[in-house]
Amino acid sequence: MIARHHLAILVLVLGMVFAIPQANAERLIVSVSNHRVTVTPNYSGEELVLFGSVEKDASTPAARGNYDLVVTVSGPRADMVTRRKERKFGIWVNTDYRQFLQVPSYLALFANRPFADIASPEVERRQQLGLDNVLLTQRVGPDYADVVPNDVFRRAFVRLRSQRGLYREDTSAVTFLTPTLFRTGIPLPAEVPIGTYDVEIKLFSAGSLVTRTETAFEIVKVGFEQFVANTARQNGLVYGLVTAAMALMTGWMASIVFRKD
Amino acid sequence: MQLYLPIADMPVNIFLILAMGAAVGFVSGMFGIGGGFLMTPLLIFIGITPAVAVASVASHIAASSFSGAISYWRRRAIDPALAAVLLTGGTLGTALGVWTFTQLRALGQLDLMIALSYVALLTTVGALMFWEGLRAMMRTRRGVVPPRRSHGWIHGLPLKMRFKRSKIYLSVIPVVIVGVIIGFIGAVMGIGGGFILVPIMIYLLRVPTSTVIGTSMVLTLVTMTFATLLHAVTNHLVDVVLALILMVGGVTGAQFGARAGQKIRGEQLRLLLGLLVLAVGIRFAIELVIRPDDLFTIRETGVTE
Repeated sequence: MIARHHLAILVLVLGMVFAIPQANAERLIVSVSNHRVTVTPNYSGEELVLFGSVEKDASTPAARGNYDLVVTVSGPRADMVTRRKERKFGIWVNTDYRQFLQVPSYLALFANRPFADIASPEVERRQQLGLDNVLLTQRVGPDYADVVPNDVFRRAFVRLRSQRGLYREDTSAVTFLTPTLFRTGIPLPAEVPIGTYDVEIKLFSAGSLVTRTETAFEIVKVGFEQFVANTARQNGLVYGLVTAAMALMTGWMASIVFRKD
Repeated sequence: MQLYLPIADMPVNIFLILAMGAAVGFVSGMFGIGGGFLMTPLLIFIGITPAVAVASVASHIAASSFSGAISYWRRRAIDPALAAVLLTGGTLGTALGVWTFTQLRALGQLDLMIALSYVALLTTVGALMFWEGLRAMMRTRRGVVPPRRSHGWIHGLPLKMRFKRSKIYLSVIPVVIVGVIIGFIGAVMGIGGGFILVPIMIYLLRVPTSTVIGTSMVLTLVTMTFATLLHAVTNHLVDVVLALILMVGGVTGAQFGARAGQKIRGEQLRLLLGLLVLAVGIRFAIELVIRPDDLFTIRETGVTE
């Protein structure tokens, strides 16, 4: 009888362990206001909203309450080249360059307070908190590696992407509406790249990671834009012929409309 | 009103593009040129990447030169034989140009090459035109008849052919070479090349002014139509929406420009065009020489999905 009771508890505990792989008892429930952003002819940027709540259960340590949250949004990955101009023979030409491999074309990091207050520098680095700690792989000679945050090419790369609104870091964007309910805006500039965007939400408490979850949204061209972009890529010849024919039609029509006699 | 360009991947103000098309069209109608050398820099200036600008302007020039060619055809101001010979060279040059364009883009030096060739070409041609226009104006003021020079070495070349409508007897070799050069620079720089072709035809090939503009327009029309096709097939960079707005603005502006141009004397027109070409060339030169605001640039080399 007692043995069976113990067995039942064991099964229950095992079940709990397997259902929630992490030993921590919090769960994050999140949702993005729009999972499919469509780029239409008059698209000029948009702001998505991410809502979420921290679900506690019986096993949550009672003392835990001061949560910190970091949201990382990363757009489709692409290879990019950063070039530096130097003066040669009196003119400014591209000379040195660094290749960035499979880096996010859009990257946003949001938190409820400065990263330095959320976690120790060690955790910041490991969890890639902040633009200085996100992994941006470069090709360095035959190797692939990220370099120190103050490398000139890395700094220039982050700065240029930030100027276009494509890389951003905001440590006051996440707001807690109640101690467990939070929201943050995800601003998307007009020239935002098309593709799938991964959103990673990490919950911290007292300097260490408690739990994390992921969601995603996609930005797609629809209708005419989609059609034009696809045709240009897949049927270059047809596209070129249509464009050339259109050019000739426009020219011909103009000569009729403006005919003097 | 904002409009999203599907290939350039950016929103632009539709009225700004229309106005730019009309302004360049006005200039092109006035001087009888395609106006690509003005249009491409303007597009780059508003933030469109040089590659997309060059490729899209090609179709815009095709449209404006077609409407021009039609009206010159009606006035019988086109020499079909001369146009055909120029075209054999032009087609070859365009194919070569698009190929070079693709190679330079891969090397990451396309922007520099476009800027350098603009500086070299525009300052030289602009200065020459300006100088020639100035001299012609002084001559007419003094009432001196320009001395009729004897036939140069070009007229001693073999493979001579009679071009009936232009009333000239000329070797096909220099004509084909001129076609190749114009086709090549047109495809690489996104210009029709009319502003270089017209002086070359007048001073080097001695084509009479009655057929020179119409015939050069036929060459521009065919090379630019061909360049549009090749750019679309090889680089997928022609933005059809951008091109259409430019065309509509361009052909409208050209009509008013042509009317304005008829009121100005020939040598004054050349002087003005020379100044304009020179100004664009100097603008590019300054950009190369002064220290840029930002020494770094980013270029995406490939999106993987």
